[in-house]
Amino acid sequence: MDNRKALLIDVNLCVGCKACVEACREENNQPEDGDMSVLSSTAYTAVIEKEEVYTRKMCMHCEVPTCVSVCPVGALEKTESGAVIYHYEKCIGCRYCMQACPYSVPTYEWASTKPKVQKCTMCYPRQKVGDIPACAEACPAEATIFGDRDELLAIARQRRIDEPETYINHIFGEHEAGGTSVLFTSSIPFDELGLPMNLPMEPLPNLTWDVLSKIPRFSVFFGTFLYGVWWVIDRRMEIADKGNNQLTEAVWNQRNQKDEV
Amino acid sequence: MKLPFKLTFWRVLFGIVTLAGAYAVFVRVNQGLGAATNLSDQFPWGLWVGFDVVTGVGLAAGGFTIAGAVYVLHLKQFYPVLRPAILTAFLGYVLVVVGLLIDIGHPLRIYHPMLMGNFQSVMFEVAMCVTFYTSVLALEFSTVVFEKFGWKRPKKWVGKVIVPLVIVGVILSFLHQSSLGSLYLIMPSKLYPLWYSPLLPAFFLISAISTGCAMVIFESHLSFRAFGHRLEKHILKHLGRVMLLGMALYLVLKVQDFTTRGVWNLMFENRMETYVFWLEMLIGSIIPIVLLSIKKVRLSTKGLYVCSIFAISGFLFNRMNVTITGMTASSGVNYIPSWMEISVSLAIVGMVIFLFALAVRYFPVFGTPLKESQKQKLNKLSKIQGENSDKVSSNYTHIS
Ligand code: SF4
Ligand code: SF4
Repeated sequence: MDNRKALLIDVNLCVGCKACVEACREENNQPEDGDMSVLSSTAYTAVIEKEEVYTRKMCMHCEVPTCVSVCPVGALEKTESGAVIYHYEKCIGCRYCMQACPYSVPTYEWASTKPKVQKCTMCYPRQKVGDIPACAEACPAEATIFGDRDELLAIARQRRIDEPETYINHIFGEHEAGGTSVLFTSSIPFDELGLPMNLPMEPLPNLTWDVLSKIPRFSVFFGTFLYGVWWVIDRRMEIADKGNNQLTEAVWNQRNQKDEV
Repeated sequence: MKLPFKLTFWRVLFGIVTLAGAYAVFVRVNQGLGAATNLSDQFPWGLWVGFDVVTGVGLAAGGFTIAGAVYVLHLKQFYPVLRPAILTAFLGYVLVVVGLLIDIGHPLRIYHPMLMGNFQSVMFEVAMCVTFYTSVLALEFSTVVFEKFGWKRPKKWVGKVIVPLVIVGVILSFLHQSSLGSLYLIMPSKLYPLWYSPLLPAFFLISAISTGCAMVIFESHLSFRAFGHRLEKHILKHLGRVMLLGMALYLVLKVQDFTTRGVWNLMFENRMETYVFWLEMLIGSIIPIVLLSIKKVRLSTKGLYVCSIFAISGFLFNRMNVTITGMTASSGVNYIPSWMEISVSLAIVGMVIFLFALAVRYFPVFGTPLKESQKQKLNKLSKIQGENSDKVSSNYTHIS
């Protein structure tokens, strides 16, 4: 947990220049055309205007990522740095990650016959060689900064203490669905920025794990139970129906013999 | 020109649907999901997941229900519907897998969950259960094939392991039928609260069992019309009782769930979800429960048939609502399946019916009719034994 990295996005500082979007495109070799305010398979981040403020949309790099837990083949991975990355070679294209992501982030190459799931990697390749994510590097207003998650949380708290009128008392991503590695601070409520406010504070994968983890024990108990039921009834019927069964069988055998002739 | 078969309305329809479906699959394979479907990044799961997979698996639940009743509970009176139920389930599952292959982006990697499974994923669990259960169904049905070719030895072998086999099948079915509901447990903020519930797995399991019985009733009527195999009233009567029981339990759980979650007010909000939900509950629960509670209906073949239609439609509504209607609000888009998606789904249904008819023609799915003399003997026998005549009065052989 300690050396996990994160991004802090301060909506109050964002000037809407979209330098992050451009830097992201360049870093990921994506085409220049297209809307800069929606995520797509060729755009990992977007800048959207809401109520006269600008905010970003991108993968939140959840602390306990839903997408990682739902992927049947483990094609998504939470790395030690906090970045959530994707392994194309494993992916079967079932799109459960897209369906389940609470922020509806992953996108799909719908026009391809070998489709990839696409989403922000928090510039994991750059991080590995010691660089910071391209968006944080490009931002001229320091509205997106990169650092240790703990430190960024401390910075965010300090900003609220220094300017209580400009910051609401909530850091989005500190606890939402178990917390995220992309944190938001803002002057307006987060639902107005399009972030979901109906998330539980516990990690979402717990909801399925509560059920899934019971399966082995359930199977053993249930199997034993069914076998027991079978055995008890079988014994009883054997005793009660002996004569009847024999006669029925005799009829059957007789019939079979006739068929064979 | 003379055709080798008679042209009927249903056959023409089947031909058209199959052609359309085949064309859609061709487009899907050559141009990707985008060209064939109305799916989008906002709405990644549509009709193919909702109907072909989630609903299809549920409708095939008759297989494990009847197999469990016959072999585990020794309710031999269900034997005459065992083979058709297993056959339907087997064909259903095979086509669920076909549907899955069409829907996933990398069908050639279908074996990946086996090799690199993620134990935290409900999808992984469903994939494993469906794989193993389809094999179990194939084995369960294999006795019919062996019987047809007179291979006594393999039939005996399967017969020896049939009880553990059925038990494994029942466990696998309980697991994945409920897990189809568990798929949605992780989306509390996305699935509309009329449908999202921590009890989703229980709802899915119970409704699958009662609908499995409804399907057997429904099918037996259709096969009576198509193949002339009449089914005994008393079997249907029992199925009707199980159906009623399942539906009542479902309704009680629903009430309990709505109370604990405190969402009764949602039932009276003026929005699309509310109306569809009411419709679902009326068709799938309230009307059939009321009908089945009337003894006259429960004991009449026609009445049961009507109830089974209600139950199946309600079930369809429910699965469509969980997978599509309930996800609409949070997705922000209005997904309506493309004609290609619809035609593939219809073609899959057509395929199941077609293969079923084919199998009935070549394999002793309905057992071999007893000869008059044998019937008399059996009847006499039951009188001597003072037995409930239910047990042996069937027109078909009861051999396991
Ligand atoms: S925001 Fe979505 S895609 Fe990103 S890590 Fe979280 S669950 Fe995965
Ligand atoms: S689409 Fe790929 S990455 Fe997403 S859940 Fe399915 S297999 Fe995993």
